Amino acid sequence: MINKEQKLLAQWAVEFALKNGCQAARANLYNGTNSSFEIRDMKVDRLTQASESGLSIQVFVDGRFGSYSTNRLNKQELETFIKNGIESAKFLAEDKARTLPPAELYYKGNLPDLQLLDPAYASIQPDEKVRLAMNACNEAMGKDKRIISVSASFSDNVNNRYIIDSNGFEGETASSSFGLDAGVSVKGDGDARPESYWYDSSIFFNALIKEGIGTKALERTLRKLGQKKVESGKYQMLVDNLNSSRLVSPLINAIYGAAIQQKNSFLLDKLDQQVLGQNVSITDEPHRIKSPGARYFDNEGIATRQMPVFGNGVLKTYYIDVYNANKLDCQPTVGNPSILVLNPGNKDLDALIESIDKGIFVTGFNGGNSNSSTGDFSYGIEGFLVEKGKLVQPINEMNVTGNLITLWNNLAEAGNDPRKTSSWKIPSLLFDNVDFSGL
Amino acid sequence: MTYNRREFIKTGGMVMLGSLTVPSIIEAHAAEPAGKDAGITFAMNHFQVSESDLKKVLAAALEKGGDYADLFFEHTFHNQVGLQDGAVNRAASNIDYGMGIRVLSGDQTGYAYVENVNLKDMLNAARTAARIAENPGKRNIADMTEKHIANNYYKIQTPWDSISAKEKAPYLQTLNDQIFQLDKRVMKVSASLGDTTSHIFFCNSEGVTYYDYRPMVTLGAVCIMQEDGKIENSYAARAFRMGVEFLTDDIVATIAKEAVEKTAILFQAIKPKGGEMPIVMGAGGSGILLHEAIGHAFEADFNRKNISIFSDKWNKKVCNEHINVVDDGTIPFNRGSINIDDEGVEGQKTYIVREGVLTSYLHDRISAKHYGIPSTGSGRRESFRLMPIPRMRATYMEPGNVSEADIIAEVKNGIYAANFTNGQVQIGAGDFTFFVKNGFLIENGKLTQPIKDINIIGNGPKALADITMVGNNYEMDNGTWTCGKDGQSCPVTCGMPSALVSKLTVGGEN
Repeated sequence: MINKEQKLLAQWAVEFALKNGCQAARANLYNGTNSSFEIRDMKVDRLTQASESGLSIQVFVDGRFGSYSTNRLNKQELETFIKNGIESAKFLAEDKARTLPPAELYYKGNLPDLQLLDPAYASIQPDEKVRLAMNACNEAMGKDKRIISVSASFSDNVNNRYIIDSNGFEGETASSSFGLDAGVSVKGDGDARPESYWYDSSIFFNALIKEGIGTKALERTLRKLGQKKVESGKYQMLVDNLNSSRLVSPLINAIYGAAIQQKNSFLLDKLDQQVLGQNVSITDEPHRIKSPGARYFDNEGIATRQMPVFGNGVLKTYYIDVYNANKLDCQPTVGNPSILVLNPGNKDLDALIESIDKGIFVTGFNGGNSNSSTGDFSYGIEGFLVEKGKLVQPINEMNVTGNLITLWNNLAEAGNDPRKTSSWKIPSLLFDNVDFSGL
Repeated sequence: MTYNRREFIKTGGMVMLGSLTVPSIIEAHAAEPAGKDAGITFAMNHFQVSESDLKKVLAAALEKGGDYADLFFEHTFHNQVGLQDGAVNRAASNIDYGMGIRVLSGDQTGYAYVENVNLKDMLNAARTAARIAENPGKRNIADMTEKHIANNYYKIQTPWDSISAKEKAPYLQTLNDQIFQLDKRVMKVSASLGDTTSHIFFCNSEGVTYYDYRPMVTLGAVCIMQEDGKIENSYAARAFRMGVEFLTDDIVATIAKEAVEKTAILFQAIKPKGGEMPIVMGAGGSGILLHEAIGHAFEADFNRKNISIFSDKWNKKVCNEHINVVDDGTIPFNRGSINIDDEGVEGQKTYIVREGVLTSYLHDRISAKHYGIPSTGSGRRESFRLMPIPRMRATYMEPGNVSEADIIAEVKNGIYAANFTNGQVQIGAGDFTFFVKNGFLIENGKLTQPIKDINIIGNGPKALADITMVGNNYEMDNGTWTCGKDGQSCPVTCGMPSALVSKLTVGGEN
């Protein structure tokens, strides 16, 4: 948690900035602790443990803006640091769009606790963490003669944050996270040593899945053996729920205020227009209790709310922070998404695979990029060739290429299986008519 | 908020940092005026530690029986100034301060760090890291001996703390104005100048002690153009370990011209047909091929664990005998250069492929001990928060003896790859990719239609063996390349003469 002394320090930093010529200021104080225990072949390979804290301050002085952060929290040093920051900002050009948010947009409190912090965090002992990682490693160790190496790790962290600004906003967040993962390398064809992994993570230690992580990692590795590329052509594409958010990210990047204001977006001037297929609905649901990514306010203190992002394929909102709202002469929404929920379908992954006549099931992306102005993309992939509802061949060393708008107009079906561990709830996704390049 | 999962699948990769999402930029702070020519006396004073304190901390780190311990102190000042919509209107800065304690026991590592550098906190952290070992006994802590920097690969003339945003702003303004002047289709420009100064102080249980002053500067611009209702964007930048002397009219003009050219060509470019075909890698940024296809897989942590596709290839022939590949930490002012690595070993030039033979992996202290050879000085870390691991520096292929035109003339149907944004590799499987921002079709031995936005994928050992021609036109790419591995970012560069890879898989439409 952020203790009283640290809160007073953040409050002092804002007051100090105002006393030294600023018309407005915001301070953000954070602290956290983390640990990780990594096992390799049933031996502790690496252990790490630490705590840290820091302060960032944004100053608004004579229509100018600067943003400064430090982990030196000694008041005397902070005085010099803040004064220097204010002096630096004064050398800049005036930018009238730099303001704190209008007070009426702030989160005002009084909603129930989001329950993002495990009260038991400090009571989990290092020996228990090592035991869990050892167990995950042991599940795969020696289970197949092709295994070269098995690694597993347990990691956890707690992060606390306190924000205060000179316009009346004050907010505090605290969250915990526990993770358990395993990775297995096996001897493949020739010199290749294919590897795969599995993991679970949770806000609460008791809810973390502790069994089967190593077993699943081994299974995911062995199924890759015999990978090869197949013929170039148009296929159905099924992307699993570990990777499907990769195809959502560029859509979200294209609706940030900064992208719109800089006209660097393939979704420029598309608000309230049909841009994706009618079967694509994505909603931001920030207030889900006990869910990673939940929050009542954004980085500037603006209250979050449930809102449609894409509704039946129609673009319903941009993510506009205060600066870009001022520049675009519109109302800020919130600066970025919290929990994105893509409307799930009815089928699980197996049923989706069964529905495919000829397709490629993508289980991993390998590099690639997209063009933020045009929406064109090209990514490396691995996965499986699917024929008549069956996985018939592990594949690798292929590319998938297209345009995001076209792709999202070709969504055939979404699965019912978003991962609980991730803040974006994106299930497995099946698309029609996608270009793959291989042989 | 998000679970910071360890990079589980063993991938590595590099990216040209071009988003320029910097909140802003700023100016000089309490960086002490000394530094660039100073030694450990300055450093101990700076971090307010004594030799006796350091020995106490090292002793605590080894009290459970570790073989080796080191202490890594860092004080980093980062400043940035940004331009958007025609005005230099954003400033940001960050100060980071702390020290990390590492304990090795065989190939096992214990690690802890503190931000409050006082004896009590350091001793606590040392005892946390010490727990990696389980054979208590008295370990000897050697007396400190200063390792002086023999060759300073980044000796600067003027430190960044000697100027303010006031002096930096005109360069950004000029960069903006030149980009607009060069092409009337330019619609938006954002530009950023970032400088970083790190004071690094290191000592270990073997008595090795050094101080290093590490400067870095990056200057870049995103250019957004519109033509007939279509919008395209690209990015150009330069990065060096230099001081204020980096800022010249020439460097600004070079970046402006490159940003415009790289964006303008995209309007004429198409997506090619996909599939397997020969690729001519243009000189310079094509070094990304080396970084991804072989560089990561040559990092010795993967090889000592036997999980790299090159694990059995040391001292074996891996490609054409005319090929030499180097990973070099000694190029003056290069972004990837390092006087002394982050575990006390001198910066070096390492031949990783010589006359077609895999002559060396890239070693840190742990892997060097594993193989019984000296470290290649490749142990690097992102900051005091993280333990050192084998990393690349500047990775390049030495020039061959044919002209680029002769290489292109060899290709009937293929792709010429000119500029890149990012790449990635799977260390064990060997599959690697790089994203081609723009290039050309090659038809009947000639460059024809411009192409853009395609991913190219291949397999490391096969791609290396498929390099059949190497040009005489070597170039280093001094862009803002940043390499990611194990959750740690490190500044690197790459270089390449033009070269022909006889077969890779190109992403495209069918």
